[in-house]
Amino acid sequence: MQEQTVRIGSTHGLHARPAKLFTQAVAASGATVMLSKSGGTPVNAASILGVISQGIDHGDEVTLVVEGGDERAVLEQLIGLLSTDHDD
Amino acid sequence: MMEITGTGIGQGVAVGPVVRMAERLPEPVDRPSHLDPEREGERARASLSVVGAELAARGAKAGGAAKDVLEAQAMMAEDPSLIEAVTTRLATGATAERAVFEAFATYRELLAGMGGYLGERAADLDDISQRVIAHLLKLPAPGVPDPGHPFILVARDLAPADTATLDLDKVLGLITVDGGPTSHTAILAREKSIVAVVGAADAAGLADGDTVVVEAARGVVTSGPTPEQIAAAKAAIAERAAQTAVAPTPGALADGTAVPLLANLGSTDGAAEAIRLGAEGVGLFRTEFLFLDADAAPSVREQQAQYTRLLTAFAGRKVVVRVLDAGADKPLSFLNDAPEENPALGLRGIRALRHSEAILREQLTALAAADAATDAELWVMAPMIATVDETRYFTSLAKELGIRVAGVMVETPSAALIAGRVLGACDFASIGTNDLTQYTMAADRLLGTVAALQNPWHPAVLRLIAEVGAAGAELGKPVGICGEAAADPLLAVVLVGLGATSLSMSPSALADVRASLARYSLSDAQALAQAALAAEGAAEARAAADAAATDITSAREAAS
Repeated sequence: MQEQTVRIGSTHGLHARPAKLFTQAVAASGATVMLSKSGGTPVNAASILGVISQGIDHGDEVTLVVEGGDERAVLEQLIGLLSTDHDD
Repeated sequence: MMEITGTGIGQGVAVGPVVRMAERLPEPVDRPSHLDPEREGERARASLSVVGAELAARGAKAGGAAKDVLEAQAMMAEDPSLIEAVTTRLATGATAERAVFEAFATYRELLAGMGGYLGERAADLDDISQRVIAHLLKLPAPGVPDPGHPFILVARDLAPADTATLDLDKVLGLITVDGGPTSHTAILAREKSIVAVVGAADAAGLADGDTVVVEAARGVVTSGPTPEQIAAAKAAIAERAAQTAVAPTPGALADGTAVPLLANLGSTDGAAEAIRLGAEGVGLFRTEFLFLDADAAPSVREQQAQYTRLLTAFAGRKVVVRVLDAGADKPLSFLNDAPEENPALGLRGIRALRHSEAILREQLTALAAADAATDAELWVMAPMIATVDETRYFTSLAKELGIRVAGVMVETPSAALIAGRVLGACDFASIGTNDLTQYTMAADRLLGTVAALQNPWHPAVLRLIAEVGAAGAELGKPVGICGEAAADPLLAVVLVGLGATSLSMSPSALADVRASLARYSLSDAQALAQAALAAEGAAEARAAADAAATDITSAREAAS
């Protein structure tokens, strides 16, 4: 199991397009990934509905827990996605 | 005759008969299923998967911003958490229709309760839910009707799947009862230049076959218009069509005063489209995209290649590049990773670059090299200038590294108030109206609760712009505008009246601004500006400018 906390880089938070890119990447990784917003209940990170309904805004901290597959590589890729600004 | 008001998107006019979009399917009855949960589960999963595939296919067909939205919807239809929620309900003996309805409704409530942007996404979920239930019931999917003749579509709110595939030859205009200026309907109508009025609550009373006139610029729908109103609308439509049919001309006022119209670009991709729409150059090229995906600043060589591509696309034209504008709101680990309480007031723009001068030096070096290798006219400017000292720092570094024309962005009230001294220390100024408004009104531009204050029409903002315009005129230095304000056709005239010498905007706004400028002379523009400056608030300033504009045009018509 690998775990890391990251601050959201996207200007408009983890909604719409950034959430889509993120959950697509989770699904493609094949690993089981849970996401939680500072202290909240973890949700399935491959669920776009689960992710957007967390109401994650720019600058919020979220924790990812990855299980299965190349955990370190998956975690690094996902952390990279979350810390990037996908909005113009 | 009755006028219905809402929020207009764009400047277009449309006239035609109303066709209403089919009303929603009724809520599935909560009754025990006569099938076992496994069988209902198969039905639900099959319909969810068919709808997901349909949405993805529509996305692929639509392209652009619609593609992302529809792909996200396709993912929602096959969302693992949603399927889990459906399965839980089926286990209690519910029908697939009811289970799907309830599972979507749970997420819908969640999003609606969050308000703002997420609240508006709630409509997306309703749409997917309706499509899945229609598929389960073997009913036609809800969607845009096809009456076989051109029509004005009236809907409660359009789902992205509908707007994306609207047949623009048939749909003359669009009216929604719900939905705000940031709804998907609005975003996509803007992108596809569909004449639209959204959030027109009273449009719920319109019936199939009613003739309406839709005026996006005023945000007004007229039902039962008089023959004169229909004729006026048709004349306005013909005039707009004529404007877009002719090859775009350089921006100019009625008296011939040139006002170059430039494009705001965030990457090199939009260059060809900007030129097609008549951009005379680039007034704001944002360089952040080069840096955002990176752990370290890109090398001089990588940057030079990107700048060369940009400058080549605009050979012989002016290109204003803004050096990296980063701060705590757009954190770049290699530039500033210290969290700040107040990012808008923090170490951003030129402040952050000065703190990491090596990055600025590399960017300027790459820009100068790209300039030397191409024949566009490169101007470079620094963001978030607040002092003359920062201006001198930037221009002397830029000149040292081979930049020929170096200027500053005026986004802070301090820079505007001492614009003469700031312009004295550089070659040009470009006013970023979004940030200038945010700082003048002390209203966070990202915060919905103070959005009403984020209005560039406010006379306080206009007065600061006038300061910069006057300083530019006195010193003979160019003063451009590169914020959203320049894309508002009436405000664009006011800005020129305040002394702006060029306007830069999203390329899609160029045609309307070009047409608006051509209606007024420089002295007209100055009269509009004075009227707006003298007003009490933003709404009054707009009304005053509008009244002054009407006076000018009706006096001219009376004389001719």
